[in-house]
Amino acid sequence: MSVNAIADIEFSSELTDFITEWKEKPGNLIMILHKVQQEFGFIPREAAMKVSELLDVPLAKIYGVATFYHFFKLKKPGKHNIQVCMGTACYLKGGQDLVEELQSLLGVELEEVTDDGEFSIETVRCVGCCGLAPVMVVGDEVFGKVEKQQLPEIIAKFRNR
Amino acid sequence: MNFKQYILVCGGTGCESSKSDEIYRNLLSAAESKDVKSDVQILKTGCFGLCEKGPIVKVLPDESFYVHVKPEDATEIIEEHVIKGREVKRLLYDTSDSKANKAMENLDFYQKQFRIVLRNCGVINPEDIDEYIARDGYAALSKVLSEMTPDDVIAELKISGLRGRGGAGFPTWLKWNLTKEVESDQKYVVCNADEGDPGAYMDRSTLEGDPHSLIEAMAIAAYTIGADYGYIYIRAEYPLAINRLKIAMEQARGYGLLGKDILGSGFNFDLEIRLGAGAFVCGEETALIASLEGERGMPRPRPPFPSVKGVFGKPTVINNVETWANVPVILHKGGKWFASIGTEDSKGTKVFALTGKINNSGLVEVPMGTTLREIVYDIGGGIKDGKKFKAVQTGGPSGGVITADYIDTPIDYASLQKLGSIMGSGGMIIMDEDDCMVDVAKFYLDFTVDESCGKCAPCRVGGKTMLHLLEGITKGKGTMDDIEKMKKIALGMSKASLCGLGQTAPNPVLSTLRYFEDEYLAHIQEKRCPAGKCKDLTVYEIISDKCIGCGLCARRCPVSCISGEKRQPHVIDQEKCIKCGECYSVCKFEAVSKK
Repeated sequence: MSVNAIADIEFSSELTDFITEWKEKPGNLIMILHKVQQEFGFIPREAAMKVSELLDVPLAKIYGVATFYHFFKLKKPGKHNIQVCMGTACYLKGGQDLVEELQSLLGVELEEVTDDGEFSIETVRCVGCCGLAPVMVVGDEVFGKVEKQQLPEIIAKFRNR
Repeated sequence: MNFKQYILVCGGTGCESSKSDEIYRNLLSAAESKDVKSDVQILKTGCFGLCEKGPIVKVLPDESFYVHVKPEDATEIIEEHVIKGREVKRLLYDTSDSKANKAMENLDFYQKQFRIVLRNCGVINPEDIDEYIARDGYAALSKVLSEMTPDDVIAELKISGLRGRGGAGFPTWLKWNLTKEVESDQKYVVCNADEGDPGAYMDRSTLEGDPHSLIEAMAIAAYTIGADYGYIYIRAEYPLAINRLKIAMEQARGYGLLGKDILGSGFNFDLEIRLGAGAFVCGEETALIASLEGERGMPRPRPPFPSVKGVFGKPTVINNVETWANVPVILHKGGKWFASIGTEDSKGTKVFALTGKINNSGLVEVPMGTTLREIVYDIGGGIKDGKKFKAVQTGGPSGGVITADYIDTPIDYASLQKLGSIMGSGGMIIMDEDDCMVDVAKFYLDFTVDESCGKCAPCRVGGKTMLHLLEGITKGKGTMDDIEKMKKIALGMSKASLCGLGQTAPNPVLSTLRYFEDEYLAHIQEKRCPAGKCKDLTVYEIISDKCIGCGLCARRCPVSCISGEKRQPHVIDQEKCIKCGECYSVCKFEAVSKK
């Protein structure tokens, strides 16, 4: 990738303003990466390079931070990212079974995207509604007390939406 | 405005996930269309705690406690209850004795609870500062700023006996005092809201239900130690809590409770939110500081402690959400009052996220010294599906299990530690006879290995090696040597790891070994998982006496390994079986055995 690639990505004015606002604040990198991910759904390499340029921080440092934290994604997730909770309560109540069933239904492994770009699956720590275990989140919608049999229906609901 | 009735809709995460926001909006529009908007006030509150029965709606002054409410029930609540004054009986909380109207406080679930931290959760609208103030909110801050010196505050906290609720239980007054004594041009207060323990959501509910208590407490601490700025370090995964904090901070600024010259006292204090990004290790103070500074969240050796050298190298007080939430009440009601609750070494209350195989999952706050039995049976309503209680896990990945033999143990810092577990931040996970303890140990270790920052070798290498051994055991490849090896590694990790994560990571393994060694032996010597959880060791067989040959299992088997004539007993080909358990769960005649 050439250095010119930096210009290949457009930041919205909101993101640019945010970076300007935070530029001089100490310890700003994580906050800025959050904003970048909010805009693109993940942290594209070009965006990381542009942030490096704007903040005058080495690219290696940006990747050091971005790869340390689970929350930051370096790969583009599917249009509908399915998050299966793997908190203790969800694990005990069959979270792992949900993951395996989803993998076989969608034909992808964890952190992979289906060929049509519609779905990706990931496991997350605790969603924080253990009373509803096992829990699964698709987009903004939370599904509680999920049973394996419901999965095809849930997937169908989001497909082509 | 005087309303005749009030409808409180739970806005905690659990209930929000079950469409409580839609219920709230439907109630509003129903009230509008029926023209009763001026008679009834509809509010969204924080968590009621009884998440199992959510979404929860409470109607005052009748104290009607509605459970499992659906968005389409809104019209009926308005038409029947608000307009005609008749309770919607079918939605009332069903207790064993009667379906009659029972006030929330009288429900078994709330009987043994005592709410200090959660005092406002489910009571006030968290997005309205006036409601917090009406419940004595900011009274403590005003008292501190007008009547108390920093030393008075420390003395009061010392009398109260408050200890950190984040896990380690360090005396709060001492932490504050150490920071107060250090000379510096700049000091900070920090709230650790990076609740990372899987299966715990106490802090989240407190933030969502009562954000002002945190702001008030941090302002009090800042005044005490001589700081003028604070950070709330919160998980990015908690958008609702972040939003409510932002609203609360804005309102507090508007009232002159944050900012310059607070309440005319000349004291300045302001706050900022910093987002975490999903790293369990950032619950550790020094790692949290690194993360707050925008770096990789790696811990550093202590001393120097954060009280001397914290955020941006300046003296810093870090407390977790629950600790903070206790502070305003202590200063308002007095340290003596607080110290009268709890046990000798553990004062006050503790909030637990009660989850797992329990009838009433939810958030409970009990006085220290309450026994596990009271929590599991009186509050939690016993084990799900009438199964047998096996163990309760406290302290998350740093804690351990407590068995039925010790269920009458009073909960306090010392007694939990004696049993090989810890108080931790408040996850309390109930396990029944179907849970395999080796698998549970593997689950937690898998978590800590994944979350290890990799800085020090004992944690990075020790954890991984131990996990490898455990995986072998759950696959039937373990040897007796493995147990000794694990014990040795555990000792090394606990002695030589840099931070709490590595030091405590072996706890779940040691604790399950201590109480359930027989299960480890069954896996190793008999190649058998007594709970039937470890897939590689499970064998599914069709009991020929019970099988009627309906063929359902054969049709459902994903690898077609079940065969047999119609109306004749079927057989599973063990060579091909992938142990998915589908046949076991679909059989209507209990003709499939799992060993």
